[in-house]
Amino acid sequence: MTPTPTQDTRGSGALAALAALGRGGTATVALLLALIFAGIATQNPSFFEGPPLMAFAQKAAPLVVLAIGQYLVIVSGEFDLSVGSLVGAQVVVAARLIDGREDMTLPVIGLMMLFGLAVGLVNGLVTTLLRVPSIITTLGTMLILFGAVRYWTGGAPTGALSESFRAFGRRGIEGVPVLGEIPWALLIALVLTVGAVLCMRSPFGRSLVATGDNDVAAAFSGVRVWRVRTMAFVGSSLMATVAAVLIGGYAGVTAQVGDGLEFTAITAVVLGGVVLGGGRGTVVAAVLGALTLEALFTLFTQFYLPSTFQPSVQGLIIIAAVAYAARRGDLRLPERLRRRPDHPTERSLGTSRR
Amino acid sequence: MSGRPLLRMSGVTKSFLGVRVLHGVDLELRPGELHALVGENGAGKSTLMKVLAGVHRADGGTIELEGERVSFEHPVQAQRAGVTTVFQEFNLLPERTVAENVFLGREIRRRGLVDGRSMERATAELLAELELEGIEPWHRVRSLSVAEQQIVEIVKALSHDARIISMDEPTAALADHEVEVLYRIIGRLRARGVAVLYVSHRMREIFDLADTITVLKDGHHVDTVPADGITPAELVRTMVGRPVSAVFPERLEPHGEHVGRVRLSVSGGGNTQLDGIGFEVRGGEILGLGGLQGSGRTEVARALFGVERFTRGEVAVDGRRVDPRSPRRAVRAGLVLVTEDRKAQGLALNQSVTANGRLVLDAVWPFGSARGARRLPGILSSVELVARGGHGQEVRFLSGGNQQKVVLAKWLAADPGVMVLDEPTRGIDVGAKQAVYRLMRELAAAGVAIVLISSELPELIGMSDRLVVLRDGRVAGELPGGASEEAVMAMATGSPHESSTPASPAGPASTPEPAGSADPSDTAGPSDTAASPDPADHGSGSSPDSGSSSPDNGGGSPARHEEAAP
Repeated sequence: MTPTPTQDTRGSGALAALAALGRGGTATVALLLALIFAGIATQNPSFFEGPPLMAFAQKAAPLVVLAIGQYLVIVSGEFDLSVGSLVGAQVVVAARLIDGREDMTLPVIGLMMLFGLAVGLVNGLVTTLLRVPSIITTLGTMLILFGAVRYWTGGAPTGALSESFRAFGRRGIEGVPVLGEIPWALLIALVLTVGAVLCMRSPFGRSLVATGDNDVAAAFSGVRVWRVRTMAFVGSSLMATVAAVLIGGYAGVTAQVGDGLEFTAITAVVLGGVVLGGGRGTVVAAVLGALTLEALFTLFTQFYLPSTFQPSVQGLIIIAAVAYAARRGDLRLPERLRRRPDHPTERSLGTSRR
Repeated sequence: MSGRPLLRMSGVTKSFLGVRVLHGVDLELRPGELHALVGENGAGKSTLMKVLAGVHRADGGTIELEGERVSFEHPVQAQRAGVTTVFQEFNLLPERTVAENVFLGREIRRRGLVDGRSMERATAELLAELELEGIEPWHRVRSLSVAEQQIVEIVKALSHDARIISMDEPTAALADHEVEVLYRIIGRLRARGVAVLYVSHRMREIFDLADTITVLKDGHHVDTVPADGITPAELVRTMVGRPVSAVFPERLEPHGEHVGRVRLSVSGGGNTQLDGIGFEVRGGEILGLGGLQGSGRTEVARALFGVERFTRGEVAVDGRRVDPRSPRRAVRAGLVLVTEDRKAQGLALNQSVTANGRLVLDAVWPFGSARGARRLPGILSSVELVARGGHGQEVRFLSGGNQQKVVLAKWLAADPGVMVLDEPTRGIDVGAKQAVYRLMRELAAAGVAIVLISSELPELIGMSDRLVVLRDGRVAGELPGGASEEAVMAMATGSPHESSTPASPAGPASTPEPAGSADPSDTAGPSDTAASPDPADHGSGSSPDSGSSSPDNGGGSPARHEEAAP
């Protein structure tokens, strides 16, 4: 029992930041990542020699970007299941519009961003203003996008991406000593991670986390709950668009691109210790969660485990991670179960927006 | 009441994450005894109760039930042994009936199926035993009032054949007449030989009910005394560890440019629950909003704050007409609301003290929030926040009093001109209450206009410069600060009392008194007499032996009411 004498926020800032990292599960997931890397190193000692590490980063970058987007939505207390379908739709549509023409690259990327923005707005506004639970809203958009793309392409993707479009996903700065080539994808993911960390420290980020923790209290404090949540969905859709550019470049155009990515992203975020239901966890933890998941898949490859097994592993991880989070600290019942029922005359005045 | 103790806890210790919260606490309960457990929030009362209930396990010490050593690992074990607890948060299923709740988890079965009829019969017997009317076994819990739900919890406890019932602040959410029902039930429980362990912050209840009082402070057992061997003042001193000089702090010398100016005016305000709400509050003034539960006090606060807005009438802050359509607009206009339910509406519990403290700034003035947040450490120390883990600590780990201070700090950071406080001291300890009172006085002196809503009449009367009493969603009348509790209750209930002056429903309540309503000399006299007989936080008027205080107040009030009439 050592009462901290310092009341100065600046003085305890570093300590508090450390404590926050621990609470958010960042330390746990970092340790897990280190363990898996160690496991990879025993199987493949040359993994850390530069080029293989860069190849890993390039492969992991899209998931990192998706995890950032999913983090924004989950920390605000919602879900986004539409990102996988959105990635698929973006890649297929881009291939058809570009059709191999270099001069179409930038206009199409711009168009993709607008489309991502639109999907995010629809997800956000339907969830907040029409009060459809986000799990349903985004399930809906997921199916709509999935069907629309199949209808539009007639089932098989046509066209091709341009070389400059694909460069984002599979080229980089060449001729770097030791590392060989630094992939653009890694740089993009890094920039977005730094941007997301700054964003979460901004008034918007703080309002977003507070909304995820207790949206009534946030609304009473003057937060425009519908607005911050909608912006989280827009962020998620824009991140999915960036991921689509990276994945399209890296893996090319197939009918299956993007399939199941929403679950991979959610798994990554949950693995990072960002509790479903909102209000906890850091964006760094979500990014580390994405890296850990990707590293785990790499390890599987080294053990010659078939990749078809991956969804089962994700399922196990989701359950295990949430169970672990629930056991950390005292068992946390959802607030609404613990709260005393309202006085009946006051119930009609309830303001909970959900 | 003498004889062998039913329960003996000795040297109970408990730590959470290395922080010791109970240091060798001793407690004895005898059959039929009401044992009050008092102490400031964070003193360890709840933890001790939870150890007894089997929610937590003691790290050290022994618990003996009728001489036999027991160790409860689970609440069900404790219940089987006849030790039950009525927690502050009820564990009732709102959509189930009373009988289903009473027998939840151990339903009476017949041929494998739940036998609803016998459960209802058994519940009806228990209700009859307590001579309770108005609750039937088949009522849905949702349709019951908070007080009735509490009764269901007690019946549930009794259905376990409880020999010991512990109650954690059972009156926190009850209105005065409901408290009397609880008193009666407690009387019957004791007559049956049930021992009651009772946690409360309300001095009046403790001295009305308790046989024995145990005081805890910072997890230490301070003293156990018979209730008739200690005065309320001495008890408060023992709890706090320092003398609490006066019940309510003195008014301070007003300063600042806004003192005396009308900062909030409402006229003809109405919506589905309210009609003809009109009053003015000046800088430097504390206006008390009185009335029974459901009279519209909270609704007025919510309408001002844009939660359930006024659909007619006008609101002006600092002379500017505002239309508070959302909390955000209200805050921008300079009006803030400290809500009644701090956990549900006031705080993001998993966030740090700092994050909560700057939330309003972040939400409403995102571009100036960093600058505003620099004032936060100063504000937090001015509200006397004691956070062991520093300002990075999550607020869910703070005691109720400290949580309330965080809520206050959050709103002070917005630099409000009008502050509406809805039950600001509910469920917080004596020390924290004093801090809140002092803060209110300081804010008023600095020119903030304060609207205070409180169910505790002594607090409302003692802190307010002026009272507006509501009844059925309308303004029933206005009273000066220091009015007697009887006068307020008469106006609130609408009973024929010589001093009630109904305000005209449509018009604004005029305040002929000039800025002087904040004048100390005007109100200090009556409020002091009202407060002096009882230095504890719960005062005089309604304790049984203080009827003498009413005539002198009542004598003064009628004349003043004439002034307030339009």
